[in-house]
Amino acid sequence: MSPELINLIVQATFESLYMVGIAAALGTAFGLPLGVFLATSRKGELFAAPLVNRVLGAVVNATRSTPFIILVVAIIPFTRFVAGTSIGSTAAIVPLTIASAPFIARLVEAAIREVDGGLIETASSFGASPIQIVLKVLIPEALPGLLLALTLAVVSLLGYSAMVGAVGGGGLGDLGIRYGYQRFMPEMMLAVVVVLIALVQLVQSAGDYLARRVNRRLRHR
Amino acid sequence: MKAASMNAHPSLVVGEPIETRAAIVTEPDAMVRFEAISKTYPAYRGKPGVNALQNIDFGIPRGSITGVIGRSGAGKSSLVRLINGLEKPTTGRVIVDGRDISALAGRELRLAQRSIGMIFQHFNLLSSRTAADNIALPLEIAGWAKADIKARVAELLALVGIADKHDRYPSELSGGQKQRVGIARALATRPSVLLSDEATSALDPQTTRAILDLLANINRELGVTIVLITHEMSVVRQLAKEVVVLDAGHVVESGHVADIFTHPKHPITQSFLAEVIGDSLPVSLASRIVPQAAAGGQAVIRVQVRGAGAGDTVVARLARELGLDVALLSARIDEIGGQHVGSLTLGIPLNISGGEDAVTRTLAWLSQYQFPAERLGYVA
Repeated sequence: MSPELINLIVQATFESLYMVGIAAALGTAFGLPLGVFLATSRKGELFAAPLVNRVLGAVVNATRSTPFIILVVAIIPFTRFVAGTSIGSTAAIVPLTIASAPFIARLVEAAIREVDGGLIETASSFGASPIQIVLKVLIPEALPGLLLALTLAVVSLLGYSAMVGAVGGGGLGDLGIRYGYQRFMPEMMLAVVVVLIALVQLVQSAGDYLARRVNRRLRHR
Repeated sequence: MKAASMNAHPSLVVGEPIETRAAIVTEPDAMVRFEAISKTYPAYRGKPGVNALQNIDFGIPRGSITGVIGRSGAGKSSLVRLINGLEKPTTGRVIVDGRDISALAGRELRLAQRSIGMIFQHFNLLSSRTAADNIALPLEIAGWAKADIKARVAELLALVGIADKHDRYPSELSGGQKQRVGIARALATRPSVLLSDEATSALDPQTTRAILDLLANINRELGVTIVLITHEMSVVRQLAKEVVVLDAGHVVESGHVADIFTHPKHPITQSFLAEVIGDSLPVSLASRIVPQAAAGGQAVIRVQVRGAGAGDTVVARLARELGLDVALLSARIDEIGGQHVGSLTLGIPLNISGGEDAVTRTLAWLSQYQFPAERLGYVA
């Protein structure tokens, strides 16, 4: 493989990491609070607001059930409004964030719900406010689950980021389609797939390791 | 002669200590007072509403160890959660240390909750924090300075006897050690009341004893009023001085432990007592009891005994005063609140002809001294 092609792969890898990294960070910034709220706002819970809970739940479901490629196209005006353009890696971050935030929110919700309800009662019994309960009890106790959720979100984002190539988003997926498929360069396709597999492995291993490190529930550490 | 021996054994006199029974209700200096409390859970998702508590009116004396005993579903958990405001009464007021906690909400309630500690059956420790950091949590929430927290945590770890477990995570601690962390955490903000919700129900008997001893020490040394919710008679017997018996949302009896359990009135109280003193006979005896008298056999009589030394006295005096050859077939005597309670199963000899005059005289004697007795049958 020529140095030019290798250069292309390296550049595409950085584009992918850029898109996924920023989208994961923004998705977490929106998804974490949303997930905590979804997990604590049903009837009788910490931030009980059953109606808001149902409405947000419906919005999250709607976003999650929209196929990603349709979402990307459907929100092009919004993307242009936010990013100033609808083409390129930076523009791709907008649909990636919008797709990942509800996904992360549902994963966060599940992780927070795993925390023993007795701990909420305990913290309430010594006068903790709802915000203190979230920050000092729910999130620290759910941390292993939250890290695994984030890992899953990043892996999914790597897959989604390959799709934004279709709308000029750049990155590994774009490279694979344009060179590997459209220019009949199977070695390019193979290289892209190998890099993606390596990235997913790396992210998953790192996530597993961190989740294990912070998990004090097990005797064997 | 009768009067003299009654003086010699004052505990044999079974009076009705009405005033002590009422003491827990009228206690003027109550730490916790329930006033005309009822608690109803509304119907929800097809489940009918539940009247968890009704007509609750009593006080918990300052500095006491008060047991609240009842079967599951009796309303114990609801009752204890009214004290620290985790639940609100449907009607009535809960006064804790002079303040109506049932009227507080938001920040005011959270401040009041710092003076009421609580420990739980399943310990409820944060798995992500070490023993020391678990104990520090209520202090962090109360906004203590870091240095003060550190000093207080060290003090508390020493108080509950696990200073060496400072950096251990809950998963590395035994049940008893976890509950010690729970107790230290509950005491962190120097509360005046400690609520214990079945705190020893998940522990083995030996560990239970150690934890109850620790609670007794804390009560003695810190003067903390302790409210023990339990379904186990052994817990009340070992630790509590006052007891409230709860059944189906009502207080059925309350007063000093010794009074309540030496003269249990309500069937629930009697069933709790039976757990300690037992009301079943040894199988070898039970299988021999027949309903008809046989010449040369014995009538089997079970006697409930109450009071210090009562058990020995009954057998000795029956033999001496009635001149009977009393056989002790089975006996179980225990101590509750410094008073002996138990039951004796006696064999009273029948005549050669099967006549029962000795049995009649025995029952008359027992009834004269107010020992409840019943005839179970006969053995050959």
